[in-house]
Amino acid sequence: MSMNPDTLLAPPDHTGRFGDFGGRFVPETLVPACQELEAAFNEAWADSSFRAELDEVHRLYSGRPSIITECKNLSTQLGIRLFLKREDLNHTGSHKINNVIGQTLLAKRMGKKRIVADTGAGQHGVASATAAALMGLECKVYMGAVDVERQALNVFRMKLLGSEVESVHSGSRTLKDAVNEAMRHWVANVADTHFCLGSVVGPHPYPYMVRQFQSIIGDEAHAQIGDLTGAMPDVVVACVGGGSNAMGIFSGFVDEPGVRLVGVEPAGGAAIGKGVPGVVHGMRSNLMQDEYGQVEEALSISAGLDYPGVGPEHSYLSSIGRADYPSVTDDEVIAGFRLLAEAEGIIPALECAHAVAWISREAPRIQGQTVLMNLSGRGDKDVAQMMKILADADGDT
Amino acid sequence: MPGLIETEFRAKRRAGRKLLVPYITGGYPGWQDAIRACAANGADAVEIGIPFSDPVMDGPVIQQASQAALEAGVTPQSVLDEVPGLDVGIPLAVMTYYNLVHHPGPERFAANLQRAGISAAILPDLPLEESDPWCAAAASHGIEAIMLAAPTAPDDRLPQVAERACGFIYSVGLLGVTGERSSLAATATDLAGRLKAITDKPVLVGVGVSNAEQAYQATRVADGVIQGASVVRRLMETGPDSVGEYVAGVRDAIDAD
Repeated sequence: MSMNPDTLLAPPDHTGRFGDFGGRFVPETLVPACQELEAAFNEAWADSSFRAELDEVHRLYSGRPSIITECKNLSTQLGIRLFLKREDLNHTGSHKINNVIGQTLLAKRMGKKRIVADTGAGQHGVASATAAALMGLECKVYMGAVDVERQALNVFRMKLLGSEVESVHSGSRTLKDAVNEAMRHWVANVADTHFCLGSVVGPHPYPYMVRQFQSIIGDEAHAQIGDLTGAMPDVVVACVGGGSNAMGIFSGFVDEPGVRLVGVEPAGGAAIGKGVPGVVHGMRSNLMQDEYGQVEEALSISAGLDYPGVGPEHSYLSSIGRADYPSVTDDEVIAGFRLLAEAEGIIPALECAHAVAWISREAPRIQGQTVLMNLSGRGDKDVAQMMKILADADGDT
Repeated sequence: MPGLIETEFRAKRRAGRKLLVPYITGGYPGWQDAIRACAANGADAVEIGIPFSDPVMDGPVIQQASQAALEAGVTPQSVLDEVPGLDVGIPLAVMTYYNLVHHPGPERFAANLQRAGISAAILPDLPLEESDPWCAAAASHGIEAIMLAAPTAPDDRLPQVAERACGFIYSVGLLGVTGERSSLAATATDLAGRLKAITDKPVLVGVGVSNAEQAYQATRVADGVIQGASVVRRLMETGPDSVGEYVAGVRDAIDAD
């Protein structure tokens, strides 16, 4: 299959690769399910009635289109012009709903009765539980034991929505292990269960499919920023764990050569910054691993970015120099979290505070530029954790 | 030309013997003695698990053994370094996950296996479509690339898997991960029967063959069985001697008519 040279948004090749990244490294048991999903997605995505149904649910349920907010106070403070794409205002509080509405509509179309999902911060779990309730599907969510503890509110939300939440005690007991356990569950229940993966990761077609479902962010933002400023932004910024919110907004601008794309990784989970290509969770992509290829644990303040891998399309965009992937430290993230709250009255998710932190650090070098940041989730879920962090910090002084 | 495992397994099958391949987690305390106990009690080959951080095809028992080995500092090379000293007189295979092959590169990994005296490798997260680089590297170092066939495979996929497989075909016994079950799934004998109908390569059932009786049932259709979690659980609970006793019991069961 040939790539369309005019766009970086072409589907991956027939092996599911973007350049050298992606593929389908799954147990034989799952190959037919991946093939079935690929065919079903391609057929649905090309079907105007499916797209119309998806658009209607987004309009009447998710709350789309999400608005763009100009941050006038912070812009003055930093010497840039800063806009936020407000995915935090979506139903369930993050961009994750874009993907799960798409996947659950598809699961129903495929005749599946149940979905199984992985979750880190719990945002994808909550979104999956929500969509499952809406669509009349059963839902089981795997969540690392460490995350169950630090995101207790989201665990309760999922249960309120009628989902089963299973705490994962293997490995690092975070997102990576939740994905492993969800895959094991899928292997055992593949006939009637759809694996509702939460990011642009996993075996083909997931990275492509999830990017397509998230591309609504970039499509809207491209039109909105044009209307607001009469031009394209200089920089588009998003945080990157697996990378779905970043791929969502990048997809609107990747074919605009003048727009700089920046994906901000946590210093403790910098798959592109510190990893090398490896194979885990069904894909070949950048991966933090030791000298033998054992996958290393990510260590980040934010459960949603606590992931040692990254979506293969990000590895590809990095490899061709189209996007940059700097990293920020937990301390910078805490400062970024407070900065947006105090300057704009917006409490960001800790994940998005990574993007704020980079913008604040980079500001002296991008004076006068227009910056569009994807605010992919709201910070309500992180308030208890921040309360503890800030109390400890005050206690230290 | 068939490798050591396929050659031996075909000869034993011709002689009317059912094949028994226990799995032992490499690096878990007592693993070398457990392998010797398997060999002394009727195993035809042993599958050595090289512990990986993210074993998606393994259930709780083998996960726990792998994690304990990793926490004790076991590496792929530290396991392979011990292999020449085992001297058990039966072929040895490794079972691990593809990233441990991809990281050094298929060529170097295959060379490392060859140097250690390993005959074959099983990579359960490497499906047919992604297997070219590994199979080429394995072939060039005389390593038999054992392929897995799954119960979900449509009829047109099985001949492709069989064609590609070296050593034997690993017929996955059920929809799920490794671990003991109270009964043998119907899928185990169904798939083994489908494979036997299209290939003369040895067909062994693994995943969910949990005791001597289930091994007997599976070998009424298949050429042999792989025993994983039931062996590793005994190694963890009661040590290498109990592994030997268990393997002897399975041997007796599958030898019965």
